[in-house]
Formats: sequence, C-alpha cells, structure tokens
Amino acid sequence: MQISKDKFQLVGTKISEAEKISKPSLSFWKDVFIRFRKNKLAMFGLVLLAILIFMAIFGPYMTEYDYATNDLTNKNQAPSSEHWFGTDDLGRDVFARTWEGARISIFIGVAAALIDLFIGVLWGGISGYKGGRTDEMMMRFADVLYGVPYLLLVILLMVVLGQGLGTMILAMTITGWINMARIVRGQVLSLKSQEYVLASKTLGANTSRIMAKHLIPNSMAPILVTMTLTIPNAIFTEAFLSFIGLGLTPPLASWGTMANDGLPAIRYYPWRLFFPAIFISLTIFAFNVVGDGLRDALDPRLRK
Amino acid sequence: MAKYIGKRLLYMLISLWLIITATFFFMRIAPGNPFTSEKQLPPEIEANLNAHYGLDKPWYAQYGDYLLKVVKWDFGPSFKYKSQTVNDLISEGFPVSFILGMEAILLAVAFGLILGIIAALKHNKWQDYTAMIIAVAGISVPSFIMATFLQYFLAIKMGIFPVARFETFMHTVLPALALASTPMAFIARLTRSSMLEVMSNDYIKTAKAKGLSQGVITVKHAIRNALLPVVTYMGPLTAGILTGSFVIERIFGIPGLGAHFVTSITNRDYTVIMGVTVFYSIILLASILLVDIAYGIIDPRIKLAGGKKGE
Repeated sequence: MQISKDKFQLVGTKISEAEKISKPSLSFWKDVFIRFRKNKLAMFGLVLLAILIFMAIFGPYMTEYDYATNDLTNKNQAPSSEHWFGTDDLGRDVFARTWEGARISIFIGVAAALIDLFIGVLWGGISGYKGGRTDEMMMRFADVLYGVPYLLLVILLMVVLGQGLGTMILAMTITGWINMARIVRGQVLSLKSQEYVLASKTLGANTSRIMAKHLIPNSMAPILVTMTLTIPNAIFTEAFLSFIGLGLTPPLASWGTMANDGLPAIRYYPWRLFFPAIFISLTIFAFNVVGDGLRDALDPRLRK
Repeated sequence: MAKYIGKRLLYMLISLWLIITATFFFMRIAPGNPFTSEKQLPPEIEANLNAHYGLDKPWYAQYGDYLLKVVKWDFGPSFKYKSQTVNDLISEGFPVSFILGMEAILLAVAFGLILGIIAALKHNKWQDYTAMIIAVAGISVPSFIMATFLQYFLAIKMGIFPVARFETFMHTVLPALALASTPMAFIARLTRSSMLEVMSNDYIKTAKAKGLSQGVITVKHAIRNALLPVVTYMGPLTAGILTGSFVIERIFGIPGLGAHFVTSITNRDYTVIMGVTVFYSIILLASILLVDIAYGIIDPRIKLAGGKKGE
C-alpha cells in the first residue's frame, strides 16, 4: 500500500512543550496522603480514631452522671435509657467512666510516645551523627538496657514507686525510647554521608543546624510510624497493669481498672467488663491500622 | 560462631546483672519492711528476725549475699508464707505454666503459619482479607480480654469448656487459646509477608517453569525459606506467652507461676517478686539467646560475627 507523503505534516519541536509536566507537582506529604487515602482499612481506622477522640473529649459531658459519684441505690444496673452503659458495683455510671477512661488511655499513650520520641531522637541522633567511640558506647548502653524484659521492669517500678499516672509513664519510657533511638540512629547514619549534608557543612552550618534542618526532617517517616505504633503498646501496657492491680487508684477510671473491677462479676453483670474491653480493643485496633497504613503510604517500596 | 555466642552470653550476663541489681535496690527503697504488716513486734524479736534473714548486715554485704545466692539458684524465703521458699513456689508453679505455655506456643505457631500461608497463596483474594482481618483483630484484642470473652461465651454461656481450674486437658484449651491469640496473629502476618517475598524469587519461577505443581513448590521451596523470619519471632513469642500468663492464669484460676507472681505483687511479698522477676528474666534472656543461635544455624547466610563499624 502506498501512502502519499502529503498526508504527513511536520509539527516541529517545541522545547517548552516537551519539558512541560502535565501532572500537577505533589509535595511528599500530599503524595503520602493520596496513598493513605486509598487504603480503606487505614481510613476506617482514622475515622474510628477520630470518633474515639471526639468521645473522649465530649463523652463525659453527654450524660448528667459523673464518673466518680457513687449511687448505692442504683448499683449494677443493666444498660438502659437512663444509664446508657449500665452502672457498676458502686452505682457509678459506666458510660461516663468509659469516656473518662478513654481520656486517660489516650493521654498515657500519647505522653509515652512523645517522651520516647524526645529521648530517642536525641540519643539516636547524637549516636548516629558522632559515630565512632561515642556511637559504640551509647549503643552498647542501649543494648544492655534493651535486654531487660520490658513488662517485668515496668511491674517492678510500679511496685516500688507506687501506683499513679506519672509513675506509669515513667516506667514505660525507661526502656521504651530505645526502639526510637535505634531507628533514628540508622536513619542518621545513612543520611549523614549524603551530598546535601556535605554542602550544608561546607556552607558553615553547625551540627545542631544540620540535625534540625536536614537529618531529623528526612528521618520523619520512620519516626512517625514508630510513634503511631508505640501508642497502642502503651495503651495495652496501662490496661494490663491496671488489670493485675498495679494501675491507677480509684476513683480514677481507666479501661484496665474498669475491666479489673468487672471481672469478678462477669457471670451476672457482663456489661461492666464488656464496655471497657471493647473500647480498649477498638482503640488499639485503630492505632495499629493507622500505623500500618502510614508505613505503607510513607514507604512505597515496602508495599506488598 | 563461638566468638559470637561468647559475646552474646556476655551481654546477657550484663543485662541479667542489671536486673538483679535493680531488683535488689528497688526492693530496699520500697516502702515498709517485710515485717510491717505484722503486729507491733517487740524490738528483740524484730532484731532476731532481721538477724535470721540477714537484714542486720550492711547493704553491700546483703547485696553480695543476694548475688551469691542467685548464682547458687537460691531465691530465699517468702516473707508472707513462712513455710515456703521462693524456690518452692517456682518448682510448684512453673511446671503448670510450662505446660500451658507450650500448648499456647504450639497453637500460635501452627495456626499462625496456616493462616499466613493461605493468605499469601490467595494474595488479594477474600481468603487473604479474611486471614488478615483475623490477624489484625488478634493483635488488637489484648490477651486478657480475649480470655474473658472466651470464658464468658464458650464456658459460661455455652458450657462447651470448663470455666476455670487446672485439671484435665479440656481445662487448658481456653487459657491456651487466649495466650496464643496475639502471637498467632503476629506469626500470620510475618509468614504472609515473607511468603509473598519468597514467592517472587527467581527460583520459584524456575520451579514453576520445570512443571512442578503449586503444592510441591509451596511445601518444598517456598515455606522453608519463608519460615526464617518466623524463627526470629520465637524470642518475643516466649516473652509474650510468659507475661500473658500472669493474667490468664488469674482469670482461669490456674495455680501457675504467673498467678503466684500477681498474688505476690498484691501482697507486696518482696522476696517472691524479686525471685520470680529474676527467674523470668533468666528464662527470657536464655530463650532469646537460643533463638538467635538457632537462627544462625538455620540460615548460614547470616554473618554472626556481629556488625562491622558503621553498619
């Protein structure tokens, strides 16, 4: 078949046209957000988390009952329109106590994660950046401390220092920061030999500027993931400790203490155990799913 | 290899020494002395008691005595139960916990592997999603909550299993299941991701190309290599089962070491808390070391000489 030449036409090359990026440019975090949004389970976790936090803030005001007021004429009531989640053995409203417990659980989780973040970034950052003997010594110290069984140490500290919110957070963070320190150290170690760090050094930036402007922001992805996954761990530990009788003291309500109180009555008043139990599980679930989703969204190479 | 084991052993001993020292000093600064709960004792009797338990010596002598005793595997008397020593409690309670723990480990490994392998083979199909939802649920529901749910629905409501106590095999099913739930979920996730990674390797393609069936490829080629990350999880698994037993034994009324430990915490029975903590730490550290060594033997690609500088 013959095709005549006049059917073709020279378009010409426009350099500006060839270099044009047709897709709008995305910042790293926008890209992460788009990937995260595609993950249905993670989005579900995020919504769940938002609801839980909303209820932790406003839940206690939704009922006229107070979490700490005893009402012995109305003890062990089943859930009803009056007491939405029923009452416990001292007649306290379980709905109010549940959301009071949510505040404490989420507070403990976030506080423990933030302290871990602070110590871990400092320790890991210095260790990784300095390198050599400093690194060796700092990491050996972390290794030895890491060998100490976590929960046993926490139990021991709670026995010795006495029960309370502060003690609990302290006990959790004594070995909790090591994980963060290791991750930050690994990141800093691989980043510090990059050209842009060298360029920054040549321009006269000092160590703290390089750390704050280059190394830490570029390590943000694994730091964030580790933090989100620390929170459910801390929430679990609080519930566990309260459940073996080492938690907060009454009338403070945490999910662990509520479950502990409800256990002996499980045969007759199961709701006293079930409401805190369900919310512990839901919260840990939500944080875990969001953490997993974040990890997948931040590091596309790790995706299945 | 010998150098590596020696190095690890040294770290283990340092960690252990740290724990023993910490327990010793923690218990010294803990409020009250072992006899405060008794009626006001005449000073002579209290002095006698102190002398009997060696509490009249200066702290460094007591510390030395304690270290020496631990080395000789003697954890001293219980202050609350006068006729029992901590060693008695351990030899009485540990076998029970051990049986339960072993059952739980078997359950966790068996079901975890099955779930993980199914999920990987049926990647992105409904089997995969179901298995992963079970896994996420298993990780999210703490063992003590799983235990109470199982107890309430399967034992109290339906009466399929006995509610509590430790007598027949049927009595151990629910507690073992509760203990196994979280580690099972972890193993399922680990197995799935490592199976997926292994299945994309070239030698699997070769096996397919030479006409092997899916079953043979999975069993003979994929699983063996996919198991490696699961082996590393055995250390944390032991830890999880051990600490899980504290609450599970209490919920199901099982006279194991975990239940004794929690009781001693409530009673503030300091020598028992100390002794059992040290005992648990020894078991944990030893099992983690064993797992690491086993890992090195199973996978010769792992260089055990320890990380070089800057790695």
